[in-house]
Amino acid sequence: MQLIIRQGKIVDPSQKVNKVADLGIDDGHIQEIATHIRKKGRKEIDARGLIVAPGFIDMHVHLREPGREDAETIETGTNAAARGGFTGVACMPNTMPVNDSEAVTSFILERAREVSKIAVYPIGAITKGSQGESLAEIGEMKRAGIVAISDDGRPVQNNQIMRRAMEYSRVFDLPVIDHCDDKELAAGGSMNEGYYSTLLGLRGINPAAEEIQVIRDIILGRQTRARVHIAHLSTLHSLQALVRARHDGISLTCEVTPHHLLLTEAQVTSYDTNMKMNPPLRSQEDVDALVAALASGTIDAIVTDHAPHNANDKMLEFDRAPFGVVGLETAVGLILDRFVRTGVLTIERMVQQLSTNPARILKLDRGTLAKGAWADVTIIDPALQWEIRSREFQSRSRNTPFEGWKLRGGPVITIVRGKTVWSA
Amino acid sequence: MASLSHKDLLGIAQLSVEDINLILDTADALRQIADRPVKKVPTLRGKTVINLFFEPSTRTRSSFELAEKRLSADILNFAASTSSVSKGETLLDTARNLESMAPDIIVVRHGSAGAPHLLGREFRSSIVNAGDGMHEHPTQALLDALTIREFKGHISGLKIAIIGDIAHSRVARSDTILFHKLGAEVWVCGPTTLIPWEYDRLGAQISGHIEEVLSAADVVMMLRVQHERQNEAFVPSTREYYNFYGLTRERLRLARKDTIVMHPGPMNRGVEIDSDVADGPSSVILNQVANGIATRMAVLYLLSGNAGLKPKRQVR
Repeated sequence: MQLIIRQGKIVDPSQKVNKVADLGIDDGHIQEIATHIRKKGRKEIDARGLIVAPGFIDMHVHLREPGREDAETIETGTNAAARGGFTGVACMPNTMPVNDSEAVTSFILERAREVSKIAVYPIGAITKGSQGESLAEIGEMKRAGIVAISDDGRPVQNNQIMRRAMEYSRVFDLPVIDHCDDKELAAGGSMNEGYYSTLLGLRGINPAAEEIQVIRDIILGRQTRARVHIAHLSTLHSLQALVRARHDGISLTCEVTPHHLLLTEAQVTSYDTNMKMNPPLRSQEDVDALVAALASGTIDAIVTDHAPHNANDKMLEFDRAPFGVVGLETAVGLILDRFVRTGVLTIERMVQQLSTNPARILKLDRGTLAKGAWADVTIIDPALQWEIRSREFQSRSRNTPFEGWKLRGGPVITIVRGKTVWSA
Repeated sequence: MASLSHKDLLGIAQLSVEDINLILDTADALRQIADRPVKKVPTLRGKTVINLFFEPSTRTRSSFELAEKRLSADILNFAASTSSVSKGETLLDTARNLESMAPDIIVVRHGSAGAPHLLGREFRSSIVNAGDGMHEHPTQALLDALTIREFKGHISGLKIAIIGDIAHSRVARSDTILFHKLGAEVWVCGPTTLIPWEYDRLGAQISGHIEEVLSAADVVMMLRVQHERQNEAFVPSTREYYNFYGLTRERLRLARKDTIVMHPGPMNRGVEIDSDVADGPSSVILNQVANGIATRMAVLYLLSGNAGLKPKRQVR
C-alpha cells in the first residue's frame, strides 16, 4: 500500500464516520478504513491524537494570476492553501484578464498543472469582462473546466441579466455564486454603515446593499430553479431571509468567512486597512447570528475569500486602500481554536463546512474518504499551539487581520491524491 | 512646562476633559499676545513645523501659519494637491520625505478619514489633525469651545444646537464629541438625510425641525451646506433647504436674546444663514476666527515637547 495513516481519529461526515482507525491509500485512492490494517505501507503516518478528514476545499479564493502576480500567483496561492490544510481551491474569475473565456480557464488549469500541488477549480465569470452587460461564454468555459460562475467583486446589478444567467446556468449544471452587493447603496463606502462609520467619519456601506441582493437572488432562484450560492454572507437579515426561503422550500446554499465570524466593525477604530474587506466587518449582532448559524449548520461552507494585496497597495488611507484580506493559512486554525475547542462547533460539522459541503455544492468528486475516492486528506492536530505570523506565510501577501493571534489547533499534513504536499 | 498626555492631536475623541481644559486655559492665556505691539513670543524658537495640506484650505492653513509665526517656529508649507497623489506618490512616501527633515510637528489636512492617524503611528513627530475627511477637525472644535466660554463663561449645562449637513461635517462630529464631554446638551438638526442615524450615540439629540431646537438654544452653530450634495439627492433643492433650515432673522427671534450664533465658515449667505444674522448682534463668527489663532498656538505649544512619545495603543 502506498500510504497508511495509522490510528488517527477519522472524521468523515459523508459516511458518518467518526472513529479512531487506520486509513489505507493506494494509487492515489482510498483503499480502506479499518481498525487495524495488517499490511505495511510503503509510507506510514502515525496519526495518534490527530484528526484525519477528507481534504478541505476553499470554494472562494483569489489567486490573482493572470494579472496581479505581484500580489499572488497560482503557485504561491496554492502553496498557501496546502499549508493551510486545503487540498483544493476554487478561484474567482476577477483576474486580469477576467476569466470569462475558455482561453483564460485553460490557462489557469494549465498553470495549475505545472505549479500547483493541490487541485484548482476555476470559477468562470457570469458576464463578459464581469461588466454585467452580456453573458460570458459559460458553456465553453464549462467545457474547459469551470465548476461555477460568479461575477465576484463586480456583481451583476441588472436583474434581467441575472435572471438569464440563472436560467442559462441550468443547462450546464453550474452553481451561480453571487457576491450580493447593490452598487448604488454601497457606493463610496469603505466600512459597515452604523455607529462606527459615524464615529470614524468613513462612508458606510449600508447592510441593505447585501440584503436586497440576497432577497433578489432568492426570488430569481425560486423562479429559475438555478443552484444559487450566496457568497460570504455577512448580516443577520441576510441570514433571516435565507432561513425563510429555505422554510418556503427554496433551496440555496451559502458560505461565511472566518473574519466575519471573528471580527466586528469595532476593529476599524485604528484605521488599519487589514480590517477593510467587502462585505465589511459587521456589528456584534451580525457576528452572533453568523456564529449561531455556523453551529446549527445553516451555513453550508466556510470559505476564506483569500484576497491577497501587495503591501504597497494596502498601506494607504483607509478609504483609498483596496478591499480584502488573506485567509488560506489562518482559517482552519481560527475555526478550530475559536469554535471547535470552545464547544460552539462540532468537529463533524466543521469538516462538513470545509470539505463535504463545498464538494457537494461544486459537484466535485471529493469531500469523502469512501473507498475508491481520490485520496485528498487533511490531517489536523487539535493540540498544536501556534501563533499567526504573516512573515511565515507561503502567500506572497501579508494582509491578515489576525497577526499575532495565538491559536491551539491547526492543520499539520495535507495529502493530495495520496501524496503528502505539505507537512508542518 | 505643561504638556498634553499625547504625542499627537488626532481628534477630540482621544482627549480627556483635563487635556481639553488645559488647551482652553492655555489658549486663554495666549490670546492677549494678539493685543501686543509685538505679536511674537519665543516659545517655539528652534522648532520646525510643517504644514502638510492635501486639501485646499485658506482659513485653517492661515490660522495655523500665523499661530506658528507668533510662537517663533520655523515653518515649511507643503501643499500636496491630490494630483500629486494620482501621479503615484503615496501619502506615506510624501510624509516620509518630510519626516526625514526632522520636523517637531506636522500639521496635516487630508481628504481621507484616518490619514493623520496613519502618520501618527508611523512617525516620531507630533501630528496635528487639521481636518481629515468627514472625520474630525479638533482645533476647530476647540476654538468653538473657547469662543463659547468667552461669551457664556462655561460650557457645562448649555444647550448647543448644531444645524445643517451633519453627515458630511467633520466640525459637527468634533463639536458634538467635545461639547458632550464638557457637559453641554447637544442637539444636531437638519434634514434626516444629512444626519447619520447613529449620531445619538456620540452624545447628541437629533431633530429634524429647526424651530424646535432654536427655541431653547444658548448657542447656535450653523454649518455650510455643500451644493454638490444636491446631486446625491440628500435635499431636493437649495431653495427648499433655505425654506426649512435657513437661519433667518425671523427664525432667530424664536431663540433667546442672549443666544449666540456661530459658523465655522465658509458661509453660504442666503442658504444656511442670512446676511443680517451673520452680521447681526448675535453673531460671534469673527471672534471664532480670532480665537482660532490662540487655540492653535496653545495646541502647538502643548505638543512641542512630545515628539517621539510612544503612541498609545489603539483599540484592537
